[in-house]
Amino acid sequence: MPAIEAKKLSFTYAGAEKPSMEDINFSVEKGEFVILTGPSGCGKTTLCRCLNALIPNFYSGELTGELIVDGINVDGRSTAELATHVGFVFQNPENQLFSLSVERDVAFGLENLGVPKEEAIERVRWAMEATGILDLRNKAPYELSGGQQQRAAIAGVLAMRPSVLVLDEPTSFLDPKSAEEIVEIIAKLNHELQLTTLLVEHRLDVVSRYANRVIVMDNGKIALDGPPREVYNDQARLIGIGLPKVTMLFHLLRIDGFGVTNPITVEEAAADLRRLLAQ
Amino acid sequence: MISIENVSFHYTGGPDVLKNVNLEIKDGEFVAIMGENGAGKTTLVKMFNGLLKPTEGAVLVDGVNTREKSVAQLSRDVGLIFQNPDHQLFAETVAEELAFSLRNFGFKEGTIQRRVTSLLTTLDLNRYEKSSPFVLSGGERKRVALAAVLAWDPKHVVMDEPTIGQDYLQKDHLRNFIVQITSQGKAVVIVTHDVEFVAECRPRVVLLSRGKIIADGPAAEILTNPQAVKQASLVMPQIASLMNDLKDLNPPPNIIDAYAAKGFFSGKLKAKVEARAPTQRR
Amino acid sequence: MSLRFVEGFKFTRMDSPIHRLDPRSKFILTLGFFVSSLMFTNIIVLLVIFLAQVPGIILAKSPGRWLRSLRGGLFLFVFIFVMNVIFGTPLVTSLAFAIRFLAIMSAFSFFFMTTSADDLGLALEQIHVPYSISFTFTTAVRLVPTMAVDAQTVVDAQRSRGLELDKGNFMKRIRNYIPILIPLIISAIRRSVELAEALESRAFGATEKRTAIVTLRMRVADYLVILATFVGVGLALYVYFKVPLPNLVIPIQIPRLF
Repeated sequence: MPAIEAKKLSFTYAGAEKPSMEDINFSVEKGEFVILTGPSGCGKTTLCRCLNALIPNFYSGELTGELIVDGINVDGRSTAELATHVGFVFQNPENQLFSLSVERDVAFGLENLGVPKEEAIERVRWAMEATGILDLRNKAPYELSGGQQQRAAIAGVLAMRPSVLVLDEPTSFLDPKSAEEIVEIIAKLNHELQLTTLLVEHRLDVVSRYANRVIVMDNGKIALDGPPREVYNDQARLIGIGLPKVTMLFHLLRIDGFGVTNPITVEEAAADLRRLLAQ
Repeated sequence: MISIENVSFHYTGGPDVLKNVNLEIKDGEFVAIMGENGAGKTTLVKMFNGLLKPTEGAVLVDGVNTREKSVAQLSRDVGLIFQNPDHQLFAETVAEELAFSLRNFGFKEGTIQRRVTSLLTTLDLNRYEKSSPFVLSGGERKRVALAAVLAWDPKHVVMDEPTIGQDYLQKDHLRNFIVQITSQGKAVVIVTHDVEFVAECRPRVVLLSRGKIIADGPAAEILTNPQAVKQASLVMPQIASLMNDLKDLNPPPNIIDAYAAKGFFSGKLKAKVEARAPTQRR
Repeated sequence: MSLRFVEGFKFTRMDSPIHRLDPRSKFILTLGFFVSSLMFTNIIVLLVIFLAQVPGIILAKSPGRWLRSLRGGLFLFVFIFVMNVIFGTPLVTSLAFAIRFLAIMSAFSFFFMTTSADDLGLALEQIHVPYSISFTFTTAVRLVPTMAVDAQTVVDAQRSRGLELDKGNFMKRIRNYIPILIPLIISAIRRSVELAEALESRAFGATEKRTAIVTLRMRVADYLVILATFVGVGLALYVYFKVPLPNLVIPIQIPRLF
């Protein structure tokens, strides 16, 4: 049973002339690490918000098609119901911290769910350890850096033990080093917990190495879907997403007639160049 | 020219945010101020138009000490574009938004109309002339905020984190736009931590860490220096990392963009092919 | 003036016996001061009530902040005094009214300075105030510094577009605040929407029976404080009903203006 399955999913915001997202069909297996990317306005944020029913509960409009997450048909469900199946991490760390201490913040979701105190405390400790913020438990959110705040947000979502984790551009407000650290943690959680991960990102150079799959959206539709090395091709370039620079470099070398591969990381690029120059 | 002379700054009762900063930005220069969050970058640029005055030292804009002019007067020459356009958009239409600053600065109505029309065209906002700025998308609102500051044609333009939330194409437009403004003789200063964007634009880079300037030079030099990059909580551009990994191949120093890298590797690979060819010809 | 006033109500984390008290006992103490102050118009008693707070302030290690908040309330202190005098109240009584204001303000300032919004929210929950209300309160408090930063940014951004807030006649100055208020309101609305989305995603409102991983517990010190409050209020009542109070009169006649 796939972790996420979408069939002919379409959504038009109330008052909009055309759909933001049209005829979306895809399925994601448990444990996959999927990057969702595309130019601004392509519909990736819209798609995410369907996964935990923020669309149509929070955003009104016309939603058609079928979406099944963790075996549950999302239709008619509330976001609160889906919170234990789909965890959602938002872009701005400031607006997803609710309490005046990190520990209470991570516990927030569990408290809302009525989880008994002892169990909640244990789950909170586990989530904080998994995201490396155990030593920050008594600090106030405003005392944390952006990167630490996002880790607290991830911990707060993790504590609810969802089977799918959706992150909407979580590194937007972070500096490059914090961005790398956060993505490493996300990848670790995906790997160790088999947590199906859907990450919306523009910074493909940072995240590509961890993903087994990239879905590129354009104008409300899925344009490309496959492993990164296959997806980062000429069509992707035309759509206008920010491919990793080494991938761009090798594209230029290919135009010059050299038989190069399609690397997505510095290590791959270096290895391929050494191979070519050694022959 | 913007001159920062031995400037230190702290909020009342707080620690030093800037310590003994010395910096000179000439007309027509393109400078990127980079550093970790909290390094003091935004504090520094707020001194360019007098929003903040140094607690020690002086900031001179075109020879005049910022302590001697009001923020409105200084803004006439230094246009500061803030990170979040929602912190400045308020008018009923986009056209009104662009006209706002022109009215504040006392331009005549005729001039205002002309400037607004021309700006709408330059920044591809014509179809939004009568729209409310609030119904536009994030990227479009950023363009309106940019236009609103360029409206009065300031001598120097400062942008705080202009690339956050922008996709690849939007950043490309921004890059071209900056090239356009600098060619008009304006100094452009951007505060950013987008290393790849800076690698493509290749401006002069000033690295700030904990209130002090730790490096100042061409992007290609600064962003290929691992210690400086690490101290400022940045990462090296991917191409620079690649060149670093392959330094045993003796690449020229300071390559940070894909085109220059391609030039080098193309050359090397062609040389290899040619080295083999003579034996084949026989 | 205004900002120093607010500073006196801002919580700062500190390790003092007062900070460690349960908010409920502290609030009962504050109410005690409040009620006692309202009972009297005699300047001597009011001064005693006012000064009785000082040991608590010292125990809370916050004398500096407290004095600064008093300075902030100075404007209203003088205003109350002058208004009363103008309308014919005897000088000493006018002074007494002003001191009463200060006593009440200081009592509440003492409470808020030593109680975190989180603990306050917890206290509200534990006395069975509906969660939505206590949460709204805690969130509002948490957002005050954030919105203050936003407000400063908006002012900076508009000043950078040539807006001069300190020029022009009265009407112009009011109009000049529109470019400040609108972005602030819109930012606040956007922020609320984002917060609401995040709340939903954390199952807010999923069950009526919310649990809490932290609970406030009343300790011996708390019960002692409550006891002391009852004793104090009892004493005040006794003085009010049974003790004839000396009346201080200053023989200066202020000509009646009204």
